[in-house]
Amino acid sequence: MTEPLLSVRGLTVEFPTRRGVLTAVNNVSFDIMPGEVLGVVGESGAGKSMTGSAIIGLIERPGRIAAGEIRLQGERIDGISPSAMRTVRGRRIGMIFQDPLTSLNPLYRISDQIVETIRTHLPISLAEARRRAIGLLDDVGIPDAERRIDDYPHQFSGGMRQRVVIALALCAEPDLVIADEPTTALDVSVQAQIIDVMKRICADRGAAIMLITHDMGVIAETANRVAVLYAGRVVEIGPVRDVIKDARHPYSVGLMGAIPKLGGDAERLTQIPGSMPRLSAIPQGCAFNPRCERVFDRCRVERPEPIAVAPQREVACWLYDEPRSDGRAHA
Amino acid sequence: MTDAETERSPLLDVRGLSRRFDVSQPWLNRKLSGAGKLYVNAVDDVSFTVARGKTFALVGESGSGKSTIARLIVGLLEPTRGDIVFDGIWLGQGLKGAEARKLRRRFQMIFQDPLASLNPRWRVSDIIAEPLRVFARDMPARDPLLRVGELLALVGLSAEDGVKFPHQFSGGQRQRVAIARALAARPDFIVCDEPTSALDVSVQAQILNLMKDLQREFGLTYVFISHNLQVVRHMADEIGVLYLGRLAEVNKAKALFETPRHPYTRMLLDAVPDIEMTGRPRKRVEGEIPSPIDPPPGCAFHPRCPFMNERCRREIPRLVEGVACHAVEEGRI
Amino acid sequence: MTNDPMTTRQIEPVIPPRPPGLLRQALDSDMFYSWRNSPVTIVATFTAAALILVALLAPWIAPYNPFNPATLNLMDGFTPPMSEGAFSDNWFLMGADHQGRDVFSTIMYGSRVSLFVGAMATLFAMTLGVGLGLASGYNGGTIDAVIMRIADIQLSFPAILIALLIFGVARGLIPPSQQESMAIWVLIFAIGLSNWAQFARTVRGATMVERQKDYVAAARIMGVHPALILLRHILPNVLGPVLVIGTIGLALAIIEEATLSFLGVGVPPTQPSLGTLIRIGQQYLFSGEWWILFFPAVTLVLLALSVNLLGDWLRDALNPKLR
Repeated sequence: MTEPLLSVRGLTVEFPTRRGVLTAVNNVSFDIMPGEVLGVVGESGAGKSMTGSAIIGLIERPGRIAAGEIRLQGERIDGISPSAMRTVRGRRIGMIFQDPLTSLNPLYRISDQIVETIRTHLPISLAEARRRAIGLLDDVGIPDAERRIDDYPHQFSGGMRQRVVIALALCAEPDLVIADEPTTALDVSVQAQIIDVMKRICADRGAAIMLITHDMGVIAETANRVAVLYAGRVVEIGPVRDVIKDARHPYSVGLMGAIPKLGGDAERLTQIPGSMPRLSAIPQGCAFNPRCERVFDRCRVERPEPIAVAPQREVACWLYDEPRSDGRAHA
Repeated sequence: MTDAETERSPLLDVRGLSRRFDVSQPWLNRKLSGAGKLYVNAVDDVSFTVARGKTFALVGESGSGKSTIARLIVGLLEPTRGDIVFDGIWLGQGLKGAEARKLRRRFQMIFQDPLASLNPRWRVSDIIAEPLRVFARDMPARDPLLRVGELLALVGLSAEDGVKFPHQFSGGQRQRVAIARALAARPDFIVCDEPTSALDVSVQAQILNLMKDLQREFGLTYVFISHNLQVVRHMADEIGVLYLGRLAEVNKAKALFETPRHPYTRMLLDAVPDIEMTGRPRKRVEGEIPSPIDPPPGCAFHPRCPFMNERCRREIPRLVEGVACHAVEEGRI
Repeated sequence: MTNDPMTTRQIEPVIPPRPPGLLRQALDSDMFYSWRNSPVTIVATFTAAALILVALLAPWIAPYNPFNPATLNLMDGFTPPMSEGAFSDNWFLMGADHQGRDVFSTIMYGSRVSLFVGAMATLFAMTLGVGLGLASGYNGGTIDAVIMRIADIQLSFPAILIALLIFGVARGLIPPSQQESMAIWVLIFAIGLSNWAQFARTVRGATMVERQKDYVAAARIMGVHPALILLRHILPNVLGPVLVIGTIGLALAIIEEATLSFLGVGVPPTQPSLGTLIRIGQQYLFSGEWWILFFPAVTLVLLALSVNLLGDWLRDALNPKLR
């Protein structure tokens, strides 16, 4: 088996506040293989964006990585100096955010921003960098790239702007792209185009993607594997098709059932009672236990760690612990 | 009209509804730059009917005018042209006093962002009791607080939640409060403007189920506005697809999804990421939505349409048998 | 998971409980928390409270009535602080002024006038400004344009100039026989009118934001009267910044009143405010009788400072971004 591109082990992010320490990400582990698309899905408060921010070293104060390690190609990138982190960002990890305007400086031309990023990370001439930038913009589907490269961000439509951001994220040829809700702000028809561009261009360049989103549909279309997050923990991880068709964790089961389907004629949607706990009130044991209909005594006391249930699939749920301490009578 | 006829007549009848917005620069800027006045036809000649006890959904992307239609129906905006007829009564200017109040009691609206639609300085009991106070003359005389308790229970909250303020709730609970307020004066018609698009999927499922239950229990009629095709598919009996302020297609929900006729509807259905179609090949979607300030002439969809011909560039297609498309009309698709 | 349709379910209505008492709420609030954690604010609160209390209770707790000629002895004039008058049994904590009045007592009475004028003027400015701001922000259009241009013009002059102008005009309109008794009201009117624009601007901006929100739309759909929407829905949501400007405005109004009185156009000498006392005192500063100026000035500074600090704290406490 090849070496993972990114390896996250026991990542824990904490926020000290006046009412105690909040744990936004709690002992999260996963790998991303070279060229792979890993979807990270979860509802608001699940800690999915925080996980992304931790990897690129952009956690806002007073938050901090309290435990765990992050390795990029075997080399630790957590806790390194800010200047070393800046080289990692951009050069080795590209970033795409929900709002393109957070990545683009409204005061500079697109050409300046892309060319500068290329030249910061790669030793090539100005002309060469510009040629490359035009090629990239062409690749992400910006018509008439040669002329439009000298436009300002506000001269592009929302969808075109997000294409520019993708070009910017990929211009230094990173090995990994972290995309945080890249299509959430876009219309359905534009969203489909952006997903296509992202998939194609990363595949062409062999870059892996960590796709963070709340939209299971986007993950289904894009990702190879998916990690389902709940209250700052990974509850299930596995190949996308398996997780969608045959979810194992009661939360994933509920989540898949809650999504209305285009083909479906279901009168009612599956609903999970209650809502995601606040960070200040995460239940003991399994964080999902108060909302789970298959809960038993052990869930209320002991936190489940990911258990391998099939090749490539892990589920953090006591139901799959062998030999089972049989509490299913409670279900 | 006999009862049977009333039963069959639509609850809401919208005819040729249009709304134009003035988006010109301020007078002085206009004079200085020599620019003329600028208008946007946010809604252009839209007609549809909504049957009693059913859900009519309007679906569209940004700039389609769906929220403007919602606001026109409930009277937050005045139409530039066209008529809205509610239960046989023409809702135009000049509806005043007790008559207007009686009518207003019957329709309500649920908004997209529950935090913005609830007054942050009011307690939940007061928020839910507001319609009871406004329509006190048209309601049975009862302790309003008792009714508030009943409504809270109806939407799955507890009576103790009444003393809290909106910010003390989660997004889903806030939307439940908004629904309780909408139901307080016992309306029969509710306009829902993207009621779940600010919510997480599992919470969305709760709210959609609740809305369906309430519809069955009280015989409510919904106009349901959304950009999310899956949600619309789940909720609606009939669907209108909007593109740049005009209806492209109207059909029964099932038929629309099984045999979409308008090229835009087809494109939209192809574009939706759906978890049941993992890895299916998809047709490439072309182009973006043009600016509503300067829409293409003729059929607004023609620049993105694979079936476009010369006529589409010139002539605005009319809605014929539920589809506004020259290609469908001419039997080319 | 749960799949119970609600159609068959019976609802047992439960009356929602009454909201907790105001004191309970206040003590539980984030405001109280932030107050308790700011020592400067606590000191400012107690200083302001003490000064206000003393001013309110002046007729009962002041050692002398400085405006009652019977208890005055002109020969006690210029008695230094902490000593007994040369020609009476009166003991002067802060000395006596040129007429033999107890400075301590005149300050107590003077703060009373200063606070009264400041508070009434601020209240007047606030009512006027909030009312016009609400009308301006909610209606927009011509009403908005007219009100805001007037505010713009007024804000381009120093407030004190406006007050002087209004004061002068009012003086001219009032018959001389009533000038004395009306002086304090003219002063309040002048200071209030010179300060409304700040309130109006802030409230207008906040109203324009709130007006767009869906809770206002919800009320409009129900057909709630615009005046009621303004009063019950929008006003509570724009009141935060008004309280902040109001508090800081109170300090400003007190200073403005002092300035006007110092210039001699304020309250009549028979009802001296802190500003009048300072004007009187500054005549004797260079001849060594420093206490006549010093104590009223310190009181004015303490009053304005503590009220200002309270305003600052209020602004921070009400600003969600700083939490």
